[in-house]
Amino acid sequence: MSQLVDAVLVLLVLTGFWLLSSSRLAACIRAVAIQGMMLGILAIAAQDGQLSFAGVFLPLTSAVVKGFFLPWLLFRAMREAETAREVEPFISYNLSIMSGAVALAVSLWLGQRLKLPAQSASSPLLMPAAFFTILVGLIVIVTRRKALTQILGYLALENGVYAFGAAVALELPILVELGILLDVFVGVFVMGIAIFHISREFNHIDTDKLISLTDEL
Amino acid sequence: MVRLLVLIPACAGAVAFFVQSDRYRRVLLLSAALVQAALSLATWVVPPTPALGGWLAEDPLGRVFETLTSVLFLAASFYAVAYLREERSHPRADFEEGFLFSNAREASFTGCLLLFLAAMTLVSVSQHLALLWVAIEATTLASAPLIYFHRHHRSLEATWKYLLICSVGIALALLGIFFLAVAATNPDGSTISLAVQDLTRHAHHLNVPWFKAAFVLLLVGYGTKMGLAPFHTWLPDAHSEAPSVASALLSGALLNCAFLGILRTQEICVAGGLADFSGRLLLVFGLLSMAVAAIFITGQTDYKRMLAYSSVEHMGILAVGVGLGGTAVFGAMLHVINHSLTKAMLFMVAGNLLAVYRTKNISDVAGALSVLPASGFLWVLGLFAITGSPPFGPFLSEFAILKSALDQGQVFVAVVYLGLLAIILAAMAAPALAMAQGTPSKNVAAFAKRSLALSAVPAMLGAAVVMMGVYVPPVLARALREAARLLG
Repeated sequence: MSQLVDAVLVLLVLTGFWLLSSSRLAACIRAVAIQGMMLGILAIAAQDGQLSFAGVFLPLTSAVVKGFFLPWLLFRAMREAETAREVEPFISYNLSIMSGAVALAVSLWLGQRLKLPAQSASSPLLMPAAFFTILVGLIVIVTRRKALTQILGYLALENGVYAFGAAVALELPILVELGILLDVFVGVFVMGIAIFHISREFNHIDTDKLISLTDEL
Repeated sequence: MVRLLVLIPACAGAVAFFVQSDRYRRVLLLSAALVQAALSLATWVVPPTPALGGWLAEDPLGRVFETLTSVLFLAASFYAVAYLREERSHPRADFEEGFLFSNAREASFTGCLLLFLAAMTLVSVSQHLALLWVAIEATTLASAPLIYFHRHHRSLEATWKYLLICSVGIALALLGIFFLAVAATNPDGSTISLAVQDLTRHAHHLNVPWFKAAFVLLLVGYGTKMGLAPFHTWLPDAHSEAPSVASALLSGALLNCAFLGILRTQEICVAGGLADFSGRLLLVFGLLSMAVAAIFITGQTDYKRMLAYSSVEHMGILAVGVGLGGTAVFGAMLHVINHSLTKAMLFMVAGNLLAVYRTKNISDVAGALSVLPASGFLWVLGLFAITGSPPFGPFLSEFAILKSALDQGQVFVAVVYLGLLAIILAAMAAPALAMAQGTPSKNVAAFAKRSLALSAVPAMLGAAVVMMGVYVPPVLARALREAARLLG
């Protein structure tokens, strides 16, 4: 199983770079969708030995929600908002990829520094890949204008956190796992509705123009 | 019984979305709030049995937070019904910019209110850290539509910021919980469950570096939701744009829920002998929040934003109290109650002022005492109470924290704390008096006829604030002491 795990992790990192480098929203949505599906595989592959029903059912549900349902929702939001591209992010795409490289270096270093107390992680790549995905999410949220891209950043962040959970083979009760998944799902759903309203109210979804509420010092 | 506390508002909320008649829906809101509040008061007499294998249970800490939430919600639901009856559903002009806007469906508003209560109750009774996380995230999702009740671009902007900033913060808190799970893994591979009870019992076996990292992430994550500076940026926008009854609940109940998330972690830190580490972090963020609030309250032109920054200040005070440890924790617990009651009342009164004066500008409001005698009086009383003037509740609790700081020899903390409180008192007292006195402009009196409940509800909260200043019921004091004991 460990080769499969490694392959998935490499894919996770690659989709992270794809998300950072693409200006087309459709490509970004697909990148995050692939991440979501990869994580389902990862969570199953990272378990050693016997597979329980919950151990298969939960990752599969998560993969379906994150790989198909949420992307479908986001594609709809994209069509509603009539935007296809992230135009002029706050930093250029070259710089985005550079920052991704820095994030990868930081993640590798962190993965070296933080030692897991037990030898539970099945691959040395797990922690760096998870941290990298979290950092990519944060970079996307901070440097992109479109509300939709920020949701994608949030999802990537969430994917990274989930990957970390899978990495340490965390055994959370089913109820909690489902609760977390439901929260993410409803969260993205509500944000999608918000995007719909933003595009109707403003005729755009550029968050840098949401500046009417401020305090002057 | 613990289950019922969550299920009653959850079911009522789900039903409320589909009730067409305004009258029946309002009756549903009131009765659900009444039954739930009665039930949570009953838990003081008959301690409820834990449910779901001990994950849902009431300890003294949870009971205080749960009852406070229920009582505030009950008050807010009476206010909400009176408020909704006066709201017109057809499009009307915005006070500030003059464009036309309409409200969201009242059914969605009521449904979300009740779901919000269910989520907050779940936060109070969760004894499992991951379940607590699920509940705290659920409060964000249930409350976001409340902020976007008035459908216009400002409230939408506030809702978006609230959703995004809090979700990101909460995602970091989830990472913190996973870190904690790593810390709870013994070298031999056996694990400690994430139930608060198990974690406190085995706190000494936790892996220290991972635990410290987990605490930082949880503090940042839940701190975002709680409104600790520098993660508070969503708070003034959401509180100023939400309808006042929602602001009252956000400030009085929601911020407490996030605080409870931090307290649960602090409980484990105390049990594991890491109180020095976590206490110092809480002190730093607490004082920073108070300082940021002092800066933005000074010269603030919008009275709802002024109240919002005051919430940032008080969350800072709570963090300072818990961070100091010792007797200050009791002060902080008492302050949770005092702040919630006072701030909820102030937001409700602010809603009355807004409806009559049709402006959020402090300088455009004058003569509140003559136009709206009850609200005007409560406004002055509330602002003096919230700034820590005797003889009101907040004075007692703020003083207890100050005294504890001095007793512990933390002179620097005490001086900064007192200095910031003084600045905020000065900055808030002036507008309070200016708004209350003077002669109102002519056109406001026409709107001054408002339903009695809109001033009766805040008046009752005001009475509670006064009572808490002179008499803390012994039952409550005992519960607060027990809660404080868990936190060092």
